[in-house]
Amino acid sequence: MDLNFFLEVLIGGLLAGIMYSLVAIGFVLIYKASGVFNFAQGAMVFFAALTYVSLTERGWPFWLALAAVLALMIVLGFAIERVVLRPLVNQPQITLFMVTIGLAYFLEGVAQGVWGAQVHALEIGIQDKPFSVAGISVSQFDLFASGTAALLVLVLGVFFQKTKTGRALRAVADDHQAALSVGIQLRYVWAVVWAAAGFVALVAGLLWGARTGVQFALTFTALKALPVLILGGFESILGAIVGGLIIGATEKLAEVYIGSSIGLNIGTGIENWFPYMLALAFLLVRPEGLFGEKRIERI
Amino acid sequence: MFYRLAGQFKSSYAADQQIFPIRQDRIFVIGVMVCAFLVVPVVANDYWLGAILIPFLILGLAALGLNILTGYTGQLSLGTAGFMAVGAFAAFNFILRVPGMPFLLALFLAGVTAALIGVLFGLPSVRIKGFYLAVATLAAQFFIEWVLTKYGWFSNYNPSGVITAQAIEIAGYRFDTPVSKYLLTLGIVAALALAAKNMARTQTGRYWMAVRDMDLAAEVTGIDIVRTKLVAFAVSSFYCGVAGALWAYAYLGAVEPQAFTLDRSFQVLFMIIIGGVGTVLGAFLGAAFIVLLPIALNVAAHALFPGVSTDLTSNLELVLFGALIVFFLAVEPHGLARLWQIGKEKLRLWPFPH
Amino acid sequence: MKTRIALALAAALFAATALAQPKEQFIPMLSYRVGPYAAGGTGFFGGYIDYLDLLNRRDGGIGGVKLTWQECETEYKNDRGVECYERLKKSGPSGATVFAPLSTGITYSLIERATADKIPVISMGYGRADASDGRVFPYVFPLVTNYWSQNTAKIKFIGTKEGGMDKLAGKKIVNLYHGSAYGKETIPILDAQARKYGFTVTHIEVPHPGNEQQSQWLQIRSIKPDWVILRGWGVMNPTALKAAQKVGYRTERIVGVWWSGAEEDVLPAGEAAKGYIAAAFHPSGTEFPVVQEILKHVYAAGKRGNMEDKGRIGQQYFNRGVIQGILTAEAIRTAQAKFGKRSLSGEEMRWGIENLKIDEKRLQELGALNLMQPMKVSCFDHEGGGAVKFQQWDGKQWKVISDWITSDQSIVRPEIERSAAQYAAEKKLALRDCGKT
Repeated sequence: MDLNFFLEVLIGGLLAGIMYSLVAIGFVLIYKASGVFNFAQGAMVFFAALTYVSLTERGWPFWLALAAVLALMIVLGFAIERVVLRPLVNQPQITLFMVTIGLAYFLEGVAQGVWGAQVHALEIGIQDKPFSVAGISVSQFDLFASGTAALLVLVLGVFFQKTKTGRALRAVADDHQAALSVGIQLRYVWAVVWAAAGFVALVAGLLWGARTGVQFALTFTALKALPVLILGGFESILGAIVGGLIIGATEKLAEVYIGSSIGLNIGTGIENWFPYMLALAFLLVRPEGLFGEKRIERI
Repeated sequence: MFYRLAGQFKSSYAADQQIFPIRQDRIFVIGVMVCAFLVVPVVANDYWLGAILIPFLILGLAALGLNILTGYTGQLSLGTAGFMAVGAFAAFNFILRVPGMPFLLALFLAGVTAALIGVLFGLPSVRIKGFYLAVATLAAQFFIEWVLTKYGWFSNYNPSGVITAQAIEIAGYRFDTPVSKYLLTLGIVAALALAAKNMARTQTGRYWMAVRDMDLAAEVTGIDIVRTKLVAFAVSSFYCGVAGALWAYAYLGAVEPQAFTLDRSFQVLFMIIIGGVGTVLGAFLGAAFIVLLPIALNVAAHALFPGVSTDLTSNLELVLFGALIVFFLAVEPHGLARLWQIGKEKLRLWPFPH
Repeated sequence: MKTRIALALAAALFAATALAQPKEQFIPMLSYRVGPYAAGGTGFFGGYIDYLDLLNRRDGGIGGVKLTWQECETEYKNDRGVECYERLKKSGPSGATVFAPLSTGITYSLIERATADKIPVISMGYGRADASDGRVFPYVFPLVTNYWSQNTAKIKFIGTKEGGMDKLAGKKIVNLYHGSAYGKETIPILDAQARKYGFTVTHIEVPHPGNEQQSQWLQIRSIKPDWVILRGWGVMNPTALKAAQKVGYRTERIVGVWWSGAEEDVLPAGEAAKGYIAAAFHPSGTEFPVVQEILKHVYAAGKRGNMEDKGRIGQQYFNRGVIQGILTAEAIRTAQAKFGKRSLSGEEMRWGIENLKIDEKRLQELGALNLMQPMKVSCFDHEGGGAVKFQQWDGKQWKVISDWITSDQSIVRPEIERSAAQYAAEKKLALRDCGKT
């Protein structure tokens, strides 16, 4: 077996996993603070990317478009909290999940209705030519994406640890009641969280859009984030990164060494279900994920 | 005025335990059945029968199946479409490979096959709950999709993986007109809906609801949770399998994996949420809503704004759909069935205020 | 006295309206303008509608019969397609004329219904390849060319690039296909050709939707094939080109099918798409007289055509739609020549399509010479064309790099007949006798 090839698949998988983590981080933010599993994250990624690319195509300079989309995502976050979440405050988790699916449809319809359904290329200035490190071919773009993800985690980390709002977020994530009793405005915190998720969606949208072009299929990235979250735990950003790395690597390795003719050849295309099966197996052993919080049920 | 219960006494246990104890309810339901079986085939045209009523009935059946799993037993499942696919392909293979297989038996066996697969993928529910179980069922959905497309045996080595369904023949009579297909579907769905309603009233049904409400307490009281959950998966998948087979045979005329993607699972989940989880009526109300809404929007848009471009209406559909789901869940989380119930209660008093 | 005059007038009016049957031909449009493939749908149906519009505006319809149409959004979903079909099949004075759903899945779902309702379905360049055998599928027409024909033409093209079909022996070809019914169609025909010419073919699937292809391209790199056939759809296409660049595979060695060969498939890939070759049964470009006519009559002087973005006129999907319009119109003309200049029924239209003949002279008159190939449809052969051109993307537009390459019917036809016979056996259909039509 070619060690070089194996390393290439592995490294490629790890880097692809970082891309999944980018989307998963958005989920974690919202779940941590409000217990809502935001299925609309994929649609938010699509919406952000499409708005950005449509603005730049109309001649807006890069930084202005970025600022505009960021502002739009923040407004969107506040609006979602106000219109969608507030009436549904004490509903069971499944209802909130369904609401976010409805929200996803809504965002997709608005994005396509306003900007049209064409495909757009998104250039952020990084050429995707591979370069060689010790005989292993690595993609420039993926490295840049990992760097961005690391930076994002750093920024979020600083935000959560050092700023007042960040601490309020952590308090709310820990215990709603206690946070309320200390005087933290839950609604404000939720709005901030959704806005932060919107910002993460923008970053993910730009990177994914540059990778595959901005088109409707971007909404499917949300589906890939689910196994990542299962593995990493729904409440941990570090878990999202680690989960993403694991899912990315195993997915690619399985596709090559189990699915394709190089390996066991049971059939190509197993990438679609392998992460889920892995997540399922993981759940049977450790239901809360690597870094998630253990749930204790009492009667 | 019409809905008074005064004067309706029950003098036997059987009468007390009927599904529709109120006489007006019975009359209404019998009326609906008579209308569905006798009046609609005569009055409705091909379009209504073939493109609206048949998919409504079949999706209602699938929603019923999911309802048993998610509504009665509280196990969230996103693999509905996968089980439907199993049913469709199983029916195809049974009819193809067993000479002289009667259609109804093939349908039944397809349901059984789906039930077995359902039990297999329901095993994780023993350890996993709630949202995580949904992810496990997603694994089922994607895996089933892959297996059915990858291994050509399931589609008789057809190069494109799309198989045309054989004609439906029961006792020598061919069901190939929209009317006959409609009546066949209606019969099967009505029978299975009645079975579901009854199942909810049996001990098994009560066990399901106990598991849904608080499974730890149920276990403490001595209910076998593993068995209950697996039976729920089995029955639910049976219904979904039969629905999938009907979708292929009585509606599309072709069996292909594209009809049973994750979109379909979400669609069925929407149906039970909007219709009302945990009720048989809710499954059908939700199915009617979801089937009719896009068409109504489309037709209304064309009628009101004749020159409008279809992409605007389609995007509007998506937007309205999403907004309606959010609205429904915010205003009436128990769905249309609850609205129906409230309506009946109000009708009981009408025209008096109290 | 007054009442008698009034009655006479009413009777005359009634008679007049009864006699004045609207001379209209209704063409249903099962279009999709949202969803992941919306780019293709908006272009194709834009071109189709614009061509019909041109005929109405410039010529007053066909033979004095005005063309009418209505769109119904299918979102590329089969059940929506069936619903739209059922809704529109009786519209218009003589019912729906012909269906062209631009989707293989919807075509499959419509075959039985359309055959029972006696309305033809044109699946130009997609759909069931074995419907080329008109004896089994009287109402389905995979016009111009079907998947299998295109595939053999592609191998021929690769052969010419290698210096002759005999040089193919020992070469390695990878078939990178979309994980769907459409994607898997050409696997058997490639295997058959591999056996015949001696090359090895490896089939690698990309799971739908195809926005992750890293492992597939790493596999390709380790196989080191001489050619890669890209059979993609939607987002899979630009992702493939970008992934190819990532692993350093030469783009000039990637040959795509025509559903991977539109501007929308290469533009998102940016630089990575330069040099990519794709099959096409028609070129892009606005220089063709028919496209110029559309610009002149439909779009000039502030009038609005169907395309919102005028920059897409002349691109792949738009021109494809124009060709669909030409085929529909010529079939109507052929049928009118036999049945009279009036609203035609589905059956009559079927006859028109089956006897469609468009030679080079007629192409010249239509303004579509070099845009489409001459067509000759028959009961036996519902394909009617079978030739393909190849074009290469230079970063800004498609440049045609080959002449018409015909398919190898010696391989394709037996497969078609075998598959069609299997369908006939399953459905217990009798083969139509092409002697008497």
